[in-house]
Amino acid sequence: MAAQETSQSATFRHAFGNVLSFTVLLLIGVMAFSIRLFSVIKYESVIHEFDPYFNYRVTQFLTKSGVYDFWNWFDDRTWYPLGRVIGGTVYPGLTLTAGTLWRILNSINIPLSVETVCVFTAPVFSAFASWATYLLTKEIKGAGAGLTAAALLAMVPSYISRSVAGSYDNEAVAIFALIFTFYLYIKTLNTGSLFYATLNAIAYFYMVCSWGGYTFIINLIPMHVLLCIVTGRYSPRLYIAYAPLVVLGTLLAALVPVVGFNAVMTSEHFASFLVFIIIHVVALVYYIKGILTPQMFKVAVTLVVSVGMVLCVAVLAVLIALVASSPTKGWSGRSLSLLDPTYASKYIPIIASVSEHQPPTWPSYFMDINVLAFLVPAGIIACFLPLSDASSFAVLYIVTSVYFSGVMVRLMLVLAPAACIMSGIALSEAFDVLTRSIKFHLVGTTQNPQDNARDATKVNQNDVKSEKSEDTVKERPSRKSKKKDKENIEKPSLVSRVEKRLLVLPLETSVMAVFLLVLLGAFYVVHCVWAAAEAYSAPSIVLTSRSHDGLHVFDDFREAYAWLSHNTEVDDKVSKSKRSDSFALKTPTDVSGISFIASTHYPLILFEVLNLAVLGLVQRNKLIGLLAAAILVQVASWWDYGYQTTAMANRTVIVDNNTWNNTHIATVGTAMSSPEKAAWDIFNSLDVKYVLVVFGGLVGYPSDDINKFLWMVRIGGGVFPHIKEPDYLRDGQYRIDSQATPTMLNSLMYKLSYFRFVETDGRGYDRVRNTEIGKKHFKLTHFEEVFTTHHWMVRIYKLKSPKNRIRGKTKRSKSKSGTSTSSKRSTRKKNPWQ
Amino acid sequence: MAAAIFSLFIFVVALLIGTSSASSSGLQILQAERQIELTSHIVRVYLTLKIENTEDAPATEVLLAFPPTQFDHLALVKAAVTVGKKRKKSYVPLEAKPTERPDAPNGTKYHSVSLLKPLAKGETTNLEILYILTQSLEPFPEEIAQSDPQLVYYHDSAIILSPYHIAHQATMIKTPSNNVESFTQVDPAHRSGSELRYGPYEGHGPYSYSPIIVHFENNHPFAVVEELEREIEISHWGSVQVTESYKLAHAGAKHKGAFSRVEYQSRPGGSGVSSFKHLLAVLPPRVHSVYYRDEIGNISTSRLRTNSKKTELLIEPRYPLFGGWKATFLIGYGVPLKDFLFESAPGARYLNYTFGCSIADTVVDKLTIKVVLPEGSKDPSVEVPFAVKQSLEKKYSYLDVIGRTVVVLEKRNVVPEHHVPFQVHYKFNPLFMLAEPLMLASTFFLLFAASVVYLHIDLSIRKKC
Repeated sequence: MAAQETSQSATFRHAFGNVLSFTVLLLIGVMAFSIRLFSVIKYESVIHEFDPYFNYRVTQFLTKSGVYDFWNWFDDRTWYPLGRVIGGTVYPGLTLTAGTLWRILNSINIPLSVETVCVFTAPVFSAFASWATYLLTKEIKGAGAGLTAAALLAMVPSYISRSVAGSYDNEAVAIFALIFTFYLYIKTLNTGSLFYATLNAIAYFYMVCSWGGYTFIINLIPMHVLLCIVTGRYSPRLYIAYAPLVVLGTLLAALVPVVGFNAVMTSEHFASFLVFIIIHVVALVYYIKGILTPQMFKVAVTLVVSVGMVLCVAVLAVLIALVASSPTKGWSGRSLSLLDPTYASKYIPIIASVSEHQPPTWPSYFMDINVLAFLVPAGIIACFLPLSDASSFAVLYIVTSVYFSGVMVRLMLVLAPAACIMSGIALSEAFDVLTRSIKFHLVGTTQNPQDNARDATKVNQNDVKSEKSEDTVKERPSRKSKKKDKENIEKPSLVSRVEKRLLVLPLETSVMAVFLLVLLGAFYVVHCVWAAAEAYSAPSIVLTSRSHDGLHVFDDFREAYAWLSHNTEVDDKVSKSKRSDSFALKTPTDVSGISFIASTHYPLILFEVLNLAVLGLVQRNKLIGLLAAAILVQVASWWDYGYQTTAMANRTVIVDNNTWNNTHIATVGTAMSSPEKAAWDIFNSLDVKYVLVVFGGLVGYPSDDINKFLWMVRIGGGVFPHIKEPDYLRDGQYRIDSQATPTMLNSLMYKLSYFRFVETDGRGYDRVRNTEIGKKHFKLTHFEEVFTTHHWMVRIYKLKSPKNRIRGKTKRSKSKSGTSTSSKRSTRKKNPWQ
Repeated sequence: MAAAIFSLFIFVVALLIGTSSASSSGLQILQAERQIELTSHIVRVYLTLKIENTEDAPATEVLLAFPPTQFDHLALVKAAVTVGKKRKKSYVPLEAKPTERPDAPNGTKYHSVSLLKPLAKGETTNLEILYILTQSLEPFPEEIAQSDPQLVYYHDSAIILSPYHIAHQATMIKTPSNNVESFTQVDPAHRSGSELRYGPYEGHGPYSYSPIIVHFENNHPFAVVEELEREIEISHWGSVQVTESYKLAHAGAKHKGAFSRVEYQSRPGGSGVSSFKHLLAVLPPRVHSVYYRDEIGNISTSRLRTNSKKTELLIEPRYPLFGGWKATFLIGYGVPLKDFLFESAPGARYLNYTFGCSIADTVVDKLTIKVVLPEGSKDPSVEVPFAVKQSLEKKYSYLDVIGRTVVVLEKRNVVPEHHVPFQVHYKFNPLFMLAEPLMLASTFFLLFAASVVYLHIDLSIRKKC
């Protein structure tokens, strides 16, 4: 009777617990979403930064033209005159996700704009990510740890920095996919269910669609499998968890155009295949062991080992020879710089110039994961008490991600979920122990007079409870493996043992510890909210500054883009008439045809926006990202501004943030570093009409082109040796004042930045470099200022047309260059419609 | 240019030859006074006519003649008759509508003004006429640099074009400044300050014409809205949401060469005099949630001033507009429903809203007004005081099932004088307001019911033990 009652109250408590966890999860989701809305509240609902603008533009195309056109999309607005095959070079996960969301919303008549959907995709997926964290941690250490970890992840600053509303970037959905894939892997490992294994492969496929970081998964899981095998934890569940993932996952990954055959051909994936072979060998060994007698087995082992060794050595030799024959040893530059942190700075300036590819500093750990950094070790210890398959995975995850985050700032993002899981486990275990000892003391003091045998019953009750929990576990579907059950039996006994030992904790100490832990949590929350509100919410296309007379808004970038999109009318005409041609030709989706169009049309505008991220000057590491010289066809600019120019101004650029063609970027860098005439020749040969520079000297905006200029010189010099870095430095110092070298003072970048600058204050005082400029009064002969924004942050110049110059000279230069450009120009002139 | 003047000349000669045969009507104009205002980019012409009927048959209408070039740019013609003597003078508006005449020489176009009562023989009446021309100032030179002032041509006739004999006439032209480069001499004509006076001329026959060109400085911002779409969405839950999307252009002399920010900022008066930086939009009183943005986000340069009579929104495009430059933007706001929606009969309602464009002192080339009626409204009809193109559309907004009826009104060449109220009548059953909340509630109910069912159902084949 009493047992029934207790079981009834237990079911009630069970149900109540479920409802409570559900509510808590819901609230965590709401918090994850709302903490990311600071950017919308403080600024506006707008896409942030650089890469998100590209993703936004791709999404717009997708929603307008449909998914099939998207796969075949050849973008002629970037990388003029080469163009770029977007469908085959982007990770489509984010775009397809947002596009599908948009489609669903519109089909039920909720007419949100594509922009709105894009802006809020990241916050929505962070809520999903925190739920996925709950599931993963629950598999590892139970629901309490799961809820704590989910709450921590919902507001971890590192993840917030990549997923505030408007930050429409791959990482926003990829972190969710990463955690969810891990969850399904652990779930499969714990249950041995093929159903979950299949889901796991699909989740992995989504991750591959979303982010290049999927290689982390496909290396981490094999590592874990290997670890399990080595430590003698091989089980059929492990086989079920791993083998289908490799087979299905690799097949699915190869479906993503950007990955394609890389899924089987690059070194990043080799580990998984190697482990795939090993696990089969191990499985075979276990099988044979089962059917042979021990003596026979011994004989077989010696036989197989000797033959196998020979074979393995042969195969390894072939593999090593194959890999060694490729110049990068089969590894891509970015991955190599992961293994050897100094690789990029040594060999690839364009990777090195991106700030987020730099190693982080210690403060950035504190900024991005805050108190979690201190809780992680405790979490690791908790994972060893006891060590299960799942918790060993968690340990492996944290260890590898700590290493990777130490190599590249950007990968701090991968560390954040691991740190949250570990801290969640640590906090939850600590609370568990502390509250239990408090409860014991309280119960002990209040009920002391009643019965001395109370302790005994308590212990009994504990036993009953543990039995009960065992029962409930057993009641669950029989998919649960025997091993799991065994663990469960082990665990309660372990727990009760631990309990008995820990109950000794004195009341005061426990209360104090709980109080301190709560304080620590509160500190974390305060820090996260501050980081979300102050540090990570600025959209970077709008800048604000607070001064004594109120808030100043610097909206110069959009001013320039809007001006370009509305007032570069000649090109509009040309591109319009040509665009109709391209439509006619586009129907047979013939790539060669399209690239032909791309190369012949758009007498484009080159915006020279040279934006090189100067590491030390940009405070927010995530910002430092872009290496692309954005040159609009006819708009030439350094690559940082390429994505924004195509998306906001709808003009063709020469280079953009997708830095796939180093030579092209170097050409723009060279032009910027050259004197006016040489630069004009380069730009003219690229059909550039406008050149765009970012200049912060008037208002003190530090990440302007002058500060990035050395990178332009370096990248340009890497391909065109006549540009030499020392020419721009005086005694190894980069300066723009009267001590600057003549090469520097005559470079196009200097001239375009400081043209007529001296007239603003009479002496030309640069507020970024805090110095007076070196050359104050000069004229431009081949360029003409056509627009400068209100705070001078963006300056747009037009290339003067060659006919303005002396006739004889023009003719000579024409005949000399004899390029397609000049012939195109002359034919265009004949056209009566222009 | 020369060719145009020459052809005008030919035109005039032809007109003068044709005059004698054309005077079919028995009306004659005793006194005509014309005042042409060229101070902004909208040309306003005030015409005062004293008309006498000389024939037996009573005259019911008076014809106003326009050369075809002017007729195309005619935005509005308003006529009124003066009633009473000097002290108690009042104006009674008359109807003016475009008409065709079979015997019109050289493509002359007409507006006919219907008189209040037929004019008997020997009687006289005084007509006051206002007509407005847009796009009639032609910049010359067509391209100017940043520091140049903007000079424009205005073409017209020194003698009023009319199908009637005009006994006495005079024309006054008002220019924005004293800076008049040149004007055609048709004696007697003289200039004093910013005023040009042609006439008085005596006894010109029907269809007399004498072309003149005035070349003068006009630095008024030539703000032209090339396209404006206003969407007025009625929600019976208490507000009317208005969204206006503008395509703005500076229609003056095109900007040539460089734009120097230094010059623009350091010499506000001397550089870019014909450019404009901000515009004033007049919104209804009690507006709320005003926004001003374009396709790439919020535009932070705007100022909102409210008082009980009206709301003024001072908007600054992202960049100053020079000749030929364009900008697009969006203004949106909500106004309380009770200010604009009225019940005419049980179940029938009408919206009373202002036609035209919110921005003061602009011309709208193409105006589209879309009135989105609530879902489930029936029998829409429109009352507009002038001719507009009407059509109906369907729109699906938040959670609509049958779609909302949209009344589309289109008009070209809209000037500030078109800012008059118009009405849209429709029938609406308030029960439709509950459709969407009920739909949402039932969806959630079904969702919860389904999850309850799912949790209590056991689909497994084997019984769990």
